[in-house]
Amino acid sequence: MANNDERLRRTMMFVPGNNPAMVKDAGIYGADSIMFDLEDAVSMAEKDAARDLVYEALQSQDYGDAELVVRINGADTPYYANDVKAMVKAGVDVIRLPKTESAGMIHDLEKDVLAAEKQFGREEGSTHLMAAIESAKGVLNAPEIAAASDRMIGIALSAEDYTTDMKTHHYPDGAELSFARNMVLHAARAAGIAAFDTVFTNMDDTEGFYRETRYIHQLGFDGKSLVNPRQIAMVNKVYEPTQKEIENAKNVINAIEEAKMKGSGVISMNGQMVDRPVVMRAQRVMKLAKASNLLDEEGNYIEK
Amino acid sequence: MKNSVNRDLPDDLMNKLNYEGFKTTDIGQPTVQRVAPKVRVTTGDDKVVDSIETVVKKTVRDGMTISFHHHFRNGDFVFNKVMRIIIDAGIKNLTLAPSSLTGVMNDIVIEAIKKGTITNITSSGMRGSLGDFVSHGGLKNPVIFRSHGNRARAIEHGDIKIDVAFLGVPNADKLGNANGMEGDAVFGSLGYALMDAQYANNVVLLTDNIMPYPNTPASIKQTQVDYVVKVDKVGDPDKIGSGATRFTKDPKELKIASMVNDVIVNSPYFKDGFSFQTGSGGAALAVTRYLRQAMIDNQIKASFALGGITKPTTDLLEEGLVRRVMDVQDFDKGAAESMHHNPNQQEIDASWYADPDNKGAMVDQLDVVILSALEIDTGFNVNVMTGSDGVIRGAVGGHQDAATAKLTIISAPLVRGRIATVVPKVTTNVTPGDSVDVLVTEYGIAINPKRQDLVKAFAHLPGVPVYSIEELQQMAEAKVGKPKPLEFTDRTVALVEYRDGTIIDAIHEVKD
Repeated sequence: MANNDERLRRTMMFVPGNNPAMVKDAGIYGADSIMFDLEDAVSMAEKDAARDLVYEALQSQDYGDAELVVRINGADTPYYANDVKAMVKAGVDVIRLPKTESAGMIHDLEKDVLAAEKQFGREEGSTHLMAAIESAKGVLNAPEIAAASDRMIGIALSAEDYTTDMKTHHYPDGAELSFARNMVLHAARAAGIAAFDTVFTNMDDTEGFYRETRYIHQLGFDGKSLVNPRQIAMVNKVYEPTQKEIENAKNVINAIEEAKMKGSGVISMNGQMVDRPVVMRAQRVMKLAKASNLLDEEGNYIEK
Repeated sequence: MKNSVNRDLPDDLMNKLNYEGFKTTDIGQPTVQRVAPKVRVTTGDDKVVDSIETVVKKTVRDGMTISFHHHFRNGDFVFNKVMRIIIDAGIKNLTLAPSSLTGVMNDIVIEAIKKGTITNITSSGMRGSLGDFVSHGGLKNPVIFRSHGNRARAIEHGDIKIDVAFLGVPNADKLGNANGMEGDAVFGSLGYALMDAQYANNVVLLTDNIMPYPNTPASIKQTQVDYVVKVDKVGDPDKIGSGATRFTKDPKELKIASMVNDVIVNSPYFKDGFSFQTGSGGAALAVTRYLRQAMIDNQIKASFALGGITKPTTDLLEEGLVRRVMDVQDFDKGAAESMHHNPNQQEIDASWYADPDNKGAMVDQLDVVILSALEIDTGFNVNVMTGSDGVIRGAVGGHQDAATAKLTIISAPLVRGRIATVVPKVTTNVTPGDSVDVLVTEYGIAINPKRQDLVKAFAHLPGVPVYSIEELQQMAEAKVGKPKPLEFTDRTVALVEYRDGTIIDAIHEVKD
């Protein structure tokens, strides 16, 4: 899988691909991933203009360390072919396919992406993919979709279309999404890729946003799709490790160093062997702590 | 000639108007002589005049200097009423010396210039059609731009000698005791107008609300006033200031505001008893809110908040987070109302606020100020006067004055639309870089290298990337490209004074 770098993907911020000001400013909010939208946010009359704008932005703007994602139009639209070519040519990190319902759709996209990489002299395999799951069929096929390609880095649940498909709508408590969330999450984990939760659109309901984010954090999602930059700090807050978690993780990391110095293959801490999952969790905590600005130059916890 | 910030100044005008070029932001400790107004002695029973025509006939002559205040902002009815009568009376060669000019005054000023009624202007600023008119050479003599503190200084020195001040007030009694707090068109502090009331040879109050004598509290006093004129309406309350100040939801403004807050909170000045000025505008109001939380979290209280006051600031006063509000101008109804009810909100005049030639002004005691910029250059010089097209579209306001604070923060987006804010050289230098300490943009901050103490203090602030100002300028240029240089003619259309009365820059006629 493409995801072995284990990068943080707490926040995937939607940016309408037809809005120059928002496209220009997308890098300043510290989103882990920026998702330029060519699909639903863009009216039919503006499809070409948005594609040009995002193409130019990807070529000319500095978005720092953010992972750059573009949501293209579906394969059943007349915009799809040009979207794929333009974004591959621009060297985007990830292409997000909307309304994915089968592994076959990913296989087709992969063929088109490969052809574009060859056409524009991009390194083969450099364009990653992700799938948005937006229907009952997509949810049920999530495992095969997640595992459909080595290029896959993640799958995302999109609740708006999904709840419509399920003949319900999005409730504040999210009970209607319970199955889909767990399905998408398990599919992602089984395939070793990232899982993104759906957007939360009511910007006035801060408490509701925190409640939902804490919930999906508890389930194990990598992060959440976002519609407003103001939500980034809130998600990061939820994903912030505690001081205790950080201290513990530091001890694990120190034990690894010690073992390395001794040339020992077995890592032990307080007389107990440290398992691989513990090591991985510790590394992830330190990564989160650093990203959350909780560590000083020397890696010590900053008292607040 | 060139001044110490390397701006080309027109020798002929500098000599003719007896000006010196800007040298330093340091005012020093000179001894200065102040002037006093003429007094037309009266017991006060003859002050009420039935019409503006009558009072204009009594007071205004060719070649005089007349003044107004701009506290009504775009809700001002007084300026247009008075100017109409002065133009129609055929009076010529006046110098217009208001505290500032707002958009609602533009049309009639342009008419007065065209008819020869007004031949000289000094103001804090101008915008819209008037700025355009002046920038295209519409006025023969150069406009003199002065900060609020500098206007007070110039009046006290006699550089501006006001013959007649026409001051609109929401209430006054028959002898001229007046304030800005009661009536239909209230605006709170009369701060700028108090200078005119104290120093003009003739002081004319215009009001739509004659109060029983004696009217208190009296910001303007009967000892200063020559005439009181009853008019229909002095202003439109809805256009004086915004009603309820709305908190910005613009994520970029919030981002800048939160970084400004980080800079303040991590500065050596954020301690109990500190003082600040934030101003109006989306990001400034957001800073006030962030600062409130930081003050609560750190159990810190401010000794005073200064300047143009908004409701978020008077809320801090109510909450006890600020001990005094020193108020020269109110930007919204909430702040104006608070002044009426809260004795800890002190009305101050422009001299007390910011006059450099003083026995201490409030700005001299100020710790932290947040100011805006149309442009800021790699020398930290700030332009708040001319737009990217070179046309006059701003005001000095209190910018130069408040920049003397111990920590002067310029908060501005790196680029606005396709126009860079951080530039190699400002179109017009209004506030010299020597008085600016930190620039905060949405991408990060730049610290004036003269402030190595701040460089150290802000070196490792989480979430506050530090760049050199040159790096920010390069980032801006990479985003929006390099603009074609503006083209100007040799003709000077305005001179910008520094707060000490020297010339910091000249503004030229734009070439179309």
